[in-house]
Amino acid sequence: MRKRRPTDKDHLRESRVFRNRSLLAAALILLMAGGLVGRLFYLQVVKHDVFTTRSDNNRMRVEPLPPRRGLIYDRNGKLLAENRPTYNLTIVRERVDDLDETLERLVQILGLPEDEVATFKERSRQRQRPYQPALLMSDLTQDQIARLAVNRYLLSGVEVEAQLVRYYPDPIVMSHVLGYVGRINADELADLDPGNYAGTHFIGKTGVEYTYEGQLHGKAGLRKVETNARGRVLRELDRQPPVPGKDVTLTIDSRLQHMAYNLLDGRRGAIVAIQPKTGDILAMVSAPGFDINKFVTGISYDDYQGLQQDPDLPLYNRAARGQYPPGSTVKPFEALASLQNGVVKPNDIIYDPGYFKLPNDDRRYHNWLRWGHGRVDLERALEVSNNTYFYTMAYRLGIDRLSSFMHEFGFGEVTSLDVQGASAGLMPSREWKREKYNQAWFPGETLSAGIGQGYFMATPLQLAAATATLANHGHWVRPHLAEDIGEEAVKPPFADTKPDVKVDQDRWWQDVFKGMEAVISGPEGTARKAGVGLQYDMAAKTGTAQVFSLGQNQKYDADELEERLRDHALFIGFAPVEDPQIAIAMIVENAGGGISELGRELTDAWVLHDGKLDDTLPTTINEEVESLDGD
Amino acid sequence: MAIDFQRTAPRPAGARVGRKRSIWLRLHLDPWLLSILLLLVSFGLVVLYSASGMSESTTVAQAIRMVLAFAGAIVIAQLTPSTLRRLTPLAYGVGLLMLIAVEIMGDIGMGAQRWLEIGPLRFQPSELMKIAMPMMLAAYLHRRPLPPSWRDLVVCAVIIALPVLLIARQPDLGTSMLVTCAAVFVILLAGLSWRFILALAVMAGGAAPLLWFNMHDYQRQRVLTFLNPESDPLGAGWNIIQSETAIGSGGLEGKGWGLGTQSQLEFLPERHTDFIVAVLGEEFGLIGMATILVLYLLLISRGLVMANNAQDTYGRLLAGSIVLTFFIYVFVNIGMVTGILPVVGVPLPLVSYGGTSSVTLMAGFGILMSIHTHRRLLKH
Repeated sequence: MRKRRPTDKDHLRESRVFRNRSLLAAALILLMAGGLVGRLFYLQVVKHDVFTTRSDNNRMRVEPLPPRRGLIYDRNGKLLAENRPTYNLTIVRERVDDLDETLERLVQILGLPEDEVATFKERSRQRQRPYQPALLMSDLTQDQIARLAVNRYLLSGVEVEAQLVRYYPDPIVMSHVLGYVGRINADELADLDPGNYAGTHFIGKTGVEYTYEGQLHGKAGLRKVETNARGRVLRELDRQPPVPGKDVTLTIDSRLQHMAYNLLDGRRGAIVAIQPKTGDILAMVSAPGFDINKFVTGISYDDYQGLQQDPDLPLYNRAARGQYPPGSTVKPFEALASLQNGVVKPNDIIYDPGYFKLPNDDRRYHNWLRWGHGRVDLERALEVSNNTYFYTMAYRLGIDRLSSFMHEFGFGEVTSLDVQGASAGLMPSREWKREKYNQAWFPGETLSAGIGQGYFMATPLQLAAATATLANHGHWVRPHLAEDIGEEAVKPPFADTKPDVKVDQDRWWQDVFKGMEAVISGPEGTARKAGVGLQYDMAAKTGTAQVFSLGQNQKYDADELEERLRDHALFIGFAPVEDPQIAIAMIVENAGGGISELGRELTDAWVLHDGKLDDTLPTTINEEVESLDGD
Repeated sequence: MAIDFQRTAPRPAGARVGRKRSIWLRLHLDPWLLSILLLLVSFGLVVLYSASGMSESTTVAQAIRMVLAFAGAIVIAQLTPSTLRRLTPLAYGVGLLMLIAVEIMGDIGMGAQRWLEIGPLRFQPSELMKIAMPMMLAAYLHRRPLPPSWRDLVVCAVIIALPVLLIARQPDLGTSMLVTCAAVFVILLAGLSWRFILALAVMAGGAAPLLWFNMHDYQRQRVLTFLNPESDPLGAGWNIIQSETAIGSGGLEGKGWGLGTQSQLEFLPERHTDFIVAVLGEEFGLIGMATILVLYLLLISRGLVMANNAQDTYGRLLAGSIVLTFFIYVFVNIGMVTGILPVVGVPLPLVSYGGTSSVTLMAGFGILMSIHTHRRLLKH
């Protein structure tokens, strides 16, 4: 090849090469521009709808307007559950100049330990979009709010936000009636209407809060707003105001509730009081109670463990769920069953040698008084709580008739209208035993059932309901906790009310009542000590339930064991007999006996209106509520 | 040269025609190029007014810059290509020295350093290199027989590598790639053999992993984000998701001037600088995007015609490189905003807010006009 010198340039060829190359470049440019147009066509025409939606989602935000939760009052208008503002600390990262420095400063200002900085940093990331406030801390104290306000100029991007949170002024005594609200969990979320609960953080978990969740919650509203990228609301496009939840007025009289709680005096037990005519539950106490306020914003692990492992089981609603052998308190109902079924007449005398024997069986079923009560008619049988008489009745009735009559009084069934988690207890029957144990019914078991032992289980609420029905001459009104929901009264007749208990002769009611009056007023009455100076007629029945075994988790402790092996004491009663205003049932665990006086105190307070009730309330439960406008 | 003369001169009426068009020729301006530029810049200002949130001060400031840039272009157009060629080594040398100065300053100050401050002036030497680089290569190849020999290519490689490495170290990957592009275009237009181009392409492919390992973390992040913007929708992916949303929601006709919600409500980041085309796409739709693309293509066509009419190697190669690089700007910017290219800091030429790049670009068009309008001076 010829060696080319620098000046040896072929201009024609150069120019031709350039022309070709630039033509090629032009073609490539057209191709690439075509690619851009294709991409633009894809974005702007093909995917236009997708991006329009995305753009609208960017700028338009539907903000839920959560409804105010309804308040809960007692029958006298005393506030039992309210909504209080609490203050949360939030941060918008984009508005913070130096995140680390700000967080360190915050922790210092709030007086928190150093390692909270890491927690705060983690929390500041938890959000869905830029400029969205992230929650750093909830439930600020007044002191912390004040300190934040003073240092506000140092803390750009940090805000204090107010939120309404449930507060119970009377948290322990009312614990099992009200239940509590708590943060909505994943399971609950799955069952909720997401639209209605979009802005709601709390939901009723137990008690009245749970039963009347639908009414208390109200209906969420919403507003559609246009925001800029910083999340600032520029204008409101649309608004549907929320419908606040309905206030619920309870049938509970908090004075009576307090009195009942105080009467138990720290012992484990339950008291239920019902107004027979209306079915109003005047008091429903399960002791010990617990502080329901702790559950609202989330109870600490230690606190919860403490409650769970407490041997007194404070979380357990004894009144509605506690299943106890009703003992002798079933005798008035059984007496009525015997009369109705014609197995005895009121004046028939049964001789009690101190025991009962089944035919062809040598086993003796003892009366509680070893040497017997001698000649006993129905009235005396109730007065002295004679077992032999009722063994005889049970034997004559047989389990089938006994069981079906007891069912009429609601044993073995849930009869209450709105008590959350109420248990059905257990009224044993031949069929039940066949199904449960695949065994035949033994006659001896009928005798046990006849004195409220054996398989027979009832809750204090059931006993109170049965007593109220008895006081009503068999007329059923479902016991209920709600008196008014919003403006609407909760009034009988209620759906699914049990048919009234019918007996052939009306005076049989009086015969049973006479026996029950003798319990408290008669010379041999088992509760005669409680009847001294009684100013009205009262019908009552005492009972004891044997405690036969220890729970598995209970620790062995000699003193404790002895106490916990004592019998449970039961008491039912109503007054005045002619015009019953209150029916009560109570149980005190391991009391041994002697709780009739407590029943008398309750009926005295309610029937005589002697002013004692008003002394029972603590005076400082209504603290001042801070105004939301403070910030 | 004689051949060139014969190609352009044979028309007997040439002188007369020349006299007729002499206003433009004497002013050393190209009316076609200027009108297209004027249309583009005006459209750009209209978009900028909206993109800046109806900020008159921003728009006026940009308009003033554009007037100055036009003035600069007109001044440069008065210089003859041979003057430009003589000044070339000086421009390249000064540019290189300033890049070294930046490098030293960058060692003193921490992190990325792209600016050189001389008194109150801030100057970005890499910007000068965008013009000086193709000038230097064109000037070198101007004296060499073409297509370039192996020896020429080695010299070219050195000319390219020095500034490009310095710019890449700043680090400014976007600019270093654009400068490389400008250089490569010169060599390609000079008639680099296809075998060699193929070999280069293979080498570039092989070097890609090498590049990856030498990238800074934020540069890698950009590439990763490009591959999957949804991986970090609030952080690195935010820009691209929002710009696609803006453009896509614009549809065929757009939401109307100043009515783009993505732009006006500030969901779109850097809306008046690198992402301004998303504002255009949102408010003027596909029609607006097509309009600006057509304007760009007209500008490029006119530029290529002018390059082909250039009378010497220097002018041809320089003009061709300037025009092709200009297209790369357009393509990279729109490609990045529409999500088909990774996010690199390349503004939309003559539309994005900002002075430096506009001045450089207009200087390029000034050179183009100089080359085009001084043809007859080459006759003797």
